Amino acid sequence: MSESVIDQNVYAELQSTAGAEFAAELLDTFLEEAPGMLTDLRSARAQGDAECFRRAAHSLKSNGNTFGAVSLAALARELELAGLNADPAHDLDALAKLDAAYARAAAALRKLCSG
Amino acid sequence: MAEAVARLLIVEDNKVNRLLLSRSVEVQGHRVTQADNGKAALEMLRREAFDLLLLDIEMPVMDGFGVLEQMKTDADLQDLPVIVTSSVEGVENIVRCIGLGAEDYLPKPLNPVLLKARIDASLEKKRLRDELKELVRRFATSEVAQDLQQSGFALGGKRVNASVMFADIRGFTPLVESQTPEDTIELLNDYFALMFEAISSHGGVVNQMVGDGLMALFGAPLPLDDCAGNAVAAALEMIELIDQFNQGRSAMQKPQISIGIGIASGGVVAGYTGTQQRATYTCVGETVNLAARLEAHTKLARRSILIDGRTQRALKHRVPTDALGAVTFKGKSVAADVFAVVTRQHN
Repeated sequence: MSESVIDQNVYAELQSTAGAEFAAELLDTFLEEAPGMLTDLRSARAQGDAECFRRAAHSLKSNGNTFGAVSLAALARELELAGLNADPAHDLDALAKLDAAYARAAAALRKLCSG
Repeated sequence: MAEAVARLLIVEDNKVNRLLLSRSVEVQGHRVTQADNGKAALEMLRREAFDLLLLDIEMPVMDGFGVLEQMKTDADLQDLPVIVTSSVEGVENIVRCIGLGAEDYLPKPLNPVLLKARIDASLEKKRLRDELKELVRRFATSEVAQDLQQSGFALGGKRVNASVMFADIRGFTPLVESQTPEDTIELLNDYFALMFEAISSHGGVVNQMVGDGLMALFGAPLPLDDCAGNAVAAALEMIELIDQFNQGRSAMQKPQISIGIGIASGGVVAGYTGTQQRATYTCVGETVNLAARLEAHTKLARRSILIDGRTQRALKHRVPTDALGAVTFKGKSVAADVFAVVTRQHN
């Protein structure tokens, strides 16, 4: 199950090139920053700020890729490319999925890092 | 060669990406400064020198495209190599970066091996470019170097409006014979240093030096507002500097020197002349001839600075002049109005 959440090769690669200690620090930074990006997405949706919405989705995609959080990155990428939907309910549904994907990725990454 | 420590500026709004990229670059032994948006990056670029810029595209305040656009129009920044590091989607965005002058594009997440190769290659290219620029600068003026860089090298001229100045040391030949060769070279070096200073501080460019004589251009190769005013101001400063120089020389019991300056304004044909292998930037035409004749005439007129009617009219009485009447110079069919610029010695 965790294979689909995290591509372990990507995280292992990060640890070997940047050092395990640095990788752990970087992960901490990501776990601090990501909730803010998820909040940004919701407030951009609420305010109809397409630019801000796209940028926050872009950031999550980019960071998801860095840690091998494949499903999180894929969902974020969909939002980045689609932009704000005319139907807010559609986006809110997607954001709920993104929140869940993030929660799973965060838990799996924490486990990888300590394990 | 790219092993030397380079100064890199990383521009990235996302903290995780910024930390990771900084780490990768520091591991390679380079010095890193960070900016989290394009506007902050431009401020840093204008404040301190960097060897390479790693630039993200998606950023708040000013994005990467904005940074590239500003750098392209800034003479000081247009040569700084930029590697765009972004996960922006779409070939058209990559094409846009390259069109705006980015040297390279690396998609995120960055492959550290590829990143190192691109950084090394960019730094090496910059080093070669800096060396070339330094070489050009040593043998040409920075204005000519800039003109060469902007328009490329091509023999052939264009017509521009400019003021042309000729200057030389009076009675130089007897002076050379009365002193040691070392003293002569030292005198010439001091003299040229002072003259260059006065000329370039008024936007002029010395394009020729022959013996103790020099030719300077105001308004070419790069346009200049108020060519005539600047040329005359430079001439007055040259006289002033020679006065001070003479005070120093008399304290050392060395002979005084005096200079003559001729200035004419008008259309000139400017460009690179010579061969593809060896060329020089120069101006030719009636205006150039007239300036040379005026300079030669300073001896006869016993005045330091002589100017033609066009230059005098362009001054609009900002600088006092004496009308010396019309003079028919050798090889000219029409007489030229000659004016002497009033210097302190003549007050």
